Amino acid sequence: MWKWLHPYAKTENAYQLCLTLQPWLWVGALACLLIGSVWGLAFAPQDYQQGDSFRIIYIHVPSAILSMSTYVAMAVAALVGMVWQWRTAYMAMIAMAPVGAVMTFIALFTGAAWGKPMWGAWWVWDARLTSELILLFLYIGVIALYGTFEDKQQGGKAAGIMALVGVINVPIIHYSVEWWNTLHQGATISKFDNPSIAPEMLWPLLVNLLGFALFIAAVTTVRLRNEIIVREMHRPWVVKLAQKGEK
Amino acid sequence: MNPRRKQRLAVVGIIVALVAGAIGLMLFALNDSIDLFYTPSEIIEGKNGQKPQVGQRLRIGGMVVPGSVSRDSQSLAVRFDLIDTGPTVTVTYNGILPDLFREGQGIVATGVLSAEGQIKAQEVLAKHDEEYMPPELAEKMKGIKHVNPNNASQNGSGEG
Repeated sequence: MWKWLHPYAKTENAYQLCLTLQPWLWVGALACLLIGSVWGLAFAPQDYQQGDSFRIIYIHVPSAILSMSTYVAMAVAALVGMVWQWRTAYMAMIAMAPVGAVMTFIALFTGAAWGKPMWGAWWVWDARLTSELILLFLYIGVIALYGTFEDKQQGGKAAGIMALVGVINVPIIHYSVEWWNTLHQGATISKFDNPSIAPEMLWPLLVNLLGFALFIAAVTTVRLRNEIIVREMHRPWVVKLAQKGEK
Repeated sequence: MNPRRKQRLAVVGIIVALVAGAIGLMLFALNDSIDLFYTPSEIIEGKNGQKPQVGQRLRIGGMVVPGSVSRDSQSLAVRFDLIDTGPTVTVTYNGILPDLFREGQGIVATGVLSAEGQIKAQEVLAKHDEEYMPPELAEKMKGIKHVNPNNASQNGSGEG
């Protein structure tokens, strides 16, 4: 079933795949982000309680959801690297880490900016906010641990263990608002059968969610290509690529 | 899958399961401390057999009882009752309330338990729910008149 994936364990094939996917991902990401943001920020109706302030949801919710999904993707890559001993998987993992960290930071920052006018506080140590902050620390930990190793192969393995163990935090973030009482409100759109948001407000949110996902994928392909080139600098195919010039 | 991969998968699985178990037990043990606030009935009746002491600093979260808000006309002092499912707790506060504060709204207040069922708050935060809808729909579905947060304190029903 997974046979189609096997050729991409070779760095050269993975590099080519990134190169092919990249333009599509960029075009899709920019189109979705543009449509979703303009629709959400300018044309969606005001909220009955929060007025225009609720519009930060169009940045906050996609970045928060995808900070968690990116972490899961990173952990899956680490698992593949560990069990099947694919070096490329570790490279993909480390390519995703800073992107996810930035998403987490955006989620925390927009959350603070939203919390101040609505709740009355930038920050509260409730379970949701604290576990999301721990997610940021996990990302930073994975990046830092990888950076401390001279031998990137060893670094990938060590950071991979950390990424994999840290995945336990993801369900904690998701269920924090149900398991404990928090200032943060419950889930809005992950109740797929019956999201508690009006459809004309939900659609731009979903478009932006897709836009953020494609954007993360696009940045990841660029970073993965760079990682492959740096790590495989002395391989014949990279040398040949360099001699061909910037094509 | 060849046996070596199977073995590695098992080792990784066991490690993750063990760590997950350890963290699960830790969170379970810390359960009460992770809760952000006491509910009014927990303050009156106690939580897991422990009642908060008078003089204790704590947070309370509940719904503002409609009709209970009374403001001092000379200062920012305000008092209101909070309720969840059982008895009410009276909160006194001297300061600016958040825009979303109104009767029927969930709020979280930090303060000191000054007497049985009495809290002197230093900070009042508004909690909002996860529902988002345009004003017209809210009026139709819930009978809520649209209140712009910017002038909520003028035309809200919170004037006592």
